[in-house]
Amino acid sequence: MKRNIVGKLLLLCLIVVISKGLFAQNSNGQLHGNFQVDAQVYRQDSAIGAEVPPEKMGFNSYANLTYTKGDFTAGIRYEGYMNALLGYDEAYNDIGIPYRFITYRNDDLEITVGNFYEQFGNGLILRAYEDKSLGYDNALDGVKIKFNPYQGIYLKGFTGKQRSYFEHGPGIVRGVDGEFFINDILSISTDIKSQFILGGSFVSKYQKDESPIYNLPENVGAYAGRISYIRGGFNFSGEYSYKIPDPSSDNGFITKFGDALLINTTYSKKGFGIYLSMKRVDNMSFRSDRNATLNNLQINYIPSITTNHTYSLAAMYPYATQPNGEIGFHGEITKNFSKGTKLGGKYGTNVALNFSRVNSLKSTPTIDGTGYESEYFAIGDDVYFQDINVKIHKKISTKWKTDISYLNIIYNKDVIQGISGYGIIYANVAIVDVTYKFKPRHSLRVELQGLFTEQDHGDWAMGLMEYTIAPKWFLNVSDQYNFGNSDEKLHYFNVAAGYKKGANRIQIGYGRQREGIVCIGGICRSVPASSGFNISITSSF
Amino acid sequence: MMKKSIFILLIITSYFNLFSQTSNMPNVQIKNLQNEIVNTKELFDGENLVILSFWATWCKPCIKELDAYNENITDWAEETGVKLYAISIDNARSMSRVAPFVNGRGWEDIEFYLDPNEDFKRAMNVINVPHTLLLDGNGKILWQHTSYTEGDEYELYEVIQEKSSK
Repeated sequence: MKRNIVGKLLLLCLIVVISKGLFAQNSNGQLHGNFQVDAQVYRQDSAIGAEVPPEKMGFNSYANLTYTKGDFTAGIRYEGYMNALLGYDEAYNDIGIPYRFITYRNDDLEITVGNFYEQFGNGLILRAYEDKSLGYDNALDGVKIKFNPYQGIYLKGFTGKQRSYFEHGPGIVRGVDGEFFINDILSISTDIKSQFILGGSFVSKYQKDESPIYNLPENVGAYAGRISYIRGGFNFSGEYSYKIPDPSSDNGFITKFGDALLINTTYSKKGFGIYLSMKRVDNMSFRSDRNATLNNLQINYIPSITTNHTYSLAAMYPYATQPNGEIGFHGEITKNFSKGTKLGGKYGTNVALNFSRVNSLKSTPTIDGTGYESEYFAIGDDVYFQDINVKIHKKISTKWKTDISYLNIIYNKDVIQGISGYGIIYANVAIVDVTYKFKPRHSLRVELQGLFTEQDHGDWAMGLMEYTIAPKWFLNVSDQYNFGNSDEKLHYFNVAAGYKKGANRIQIGYGRQREGIVCIGGICRSVPASSGFNISITSSF
Repeated sequence: MMKKSIFILLIITSYFNLFSQTSNMPNVQIKNLQNEIVNTKELFDGENLVILSFWATWCKPCIKELDAYNENITDWAEETGVKLYAISIDNARSMSRVAPFVNGRGWEDIEFYLDPNEDFKRAMNVINVPHTLLLDGNGKILWQHTSYTEGDEYELYEVIQEKSSK
């Protein structure tokens, strides 16, 4: 029945698009798109434990086409994995068009049929998004409507099934969201500096109960409410979400409710910014298939509130959100010492101080099937993660620029990676990044990094040199050396070169990739050690 | 599923025409740093040349690029009337950090917007950040560039000069 409706709606849209086209000859549409290929030829490298898959090569390819004409947009995405790169789920090994949509939009109304991405508030109960580098895509396939009935009122609603590789998950997801800009609704003069925004959302999933053992809820609802208050440079925002009992393989089929709270407060003015964030998550894994694992079929997104580091050694121990339960804080102060001051020097100096910490919840087991009870604002005894870091950016002269970072990290490997026997890792990381400009378009960048720890694989050092000729060429040589490892002191040497012209970019490389975790926004994917030749091509048009 | 894809392909091919004359700018909703919703079409109202720079607080080359733009944009704007918008793709993890970050960084001459679920990024077919586009007042793409290396801003400046004199 539902299929029928989607089919009819698509047909209707088709007719509308065609007739619209016939009567609007003077307005030609625009076709844009992009293309991406990531390929690697694997080499056996037993020293680092790199294996060659039977097909010897990984190949991920994507192409998007988006057509816009007046109020209409239509798009498709081709995806081909022949086979998927190591570290991506084997379920991707296929070719197809898993993403296609039509959107009609005028000022007040937007209707999408087909695939779509969406986020309610901070995503605590709904976030459909994609991230190619994580192999993550939980796009919904269905119907979405956005409506702006009155100034300052924004409503959204949808029904859909989630993407699971080249299939759909078994469940159905439905949701509504409203956002209310109080000042606009009450037509408060723009001279008033305070602004209030309220929002609320509801998301429900349906999945048939086929369990012979349990009596499972087939419909699970989740609610969220949010508020923002903004005055000048001050901004407070908070969101609370609640989910009814949702027994799943994530929580061991307990019948406890779930909830999450996220609070952000910031203040900033010219040359100065301060940020404070607090988060509490309890049993908040929410998937459209109660048996799904890994990153599959997640409906919501619990942001990690720790810093996302990108320097190689700083990113060695990244935090991943623990949706079953965690409580954490994050604070940052950024200050720009302007030019001409004592600390600013001739070109100014930028300093950022950052602190984040995540602990377990304080909970006590129960015997009635709810699993456990947790105290609300109590902090549990187990440290999951801590990061204290300082970053300094300084332009020394027109030719010299430098970035210096220091990090102190506590990383609970057992909890974060869901394994046992590794314990807690304490690491210090220091990084110096210097750029020297020979000519306006020629520059050399050198990175020196050190990671010092007594646990895990011990100490690491890294050196990187990158020569660039703007806007077209770059050459990058690096080595990571695990000199503190008592078993085997390994080098991870890499060389890469690239050419780019406009929005086309091609990069080739050769080297070793250490086993590790790629994390974006608190969602992580583990990548196995690999060795070999790789090529990456991207193009937007 | 296959049928639907064919339908959509049909639509696209039957309207295949790259020579655009009127605005076919993707119109999606993004937010400004005061959390207000802005339709992306509004960014082009009354403008002749617009630079869109997609970036994120966790992206090092993006920060270098915005440092370079911030140093130059006042001069470029005076000379050519170009407008610069920096679109942050920071998600819920770091989007509230954007305002204190850009203020703390001292980027006073750039107008910032938030695209936390990457709707605008997707609509513009951006793959990775940093990615910079130069568009005319109708939203037609005149030039685009991906990634940033020291000195790339000179090329952008040359293109702006060339396009603004037309």
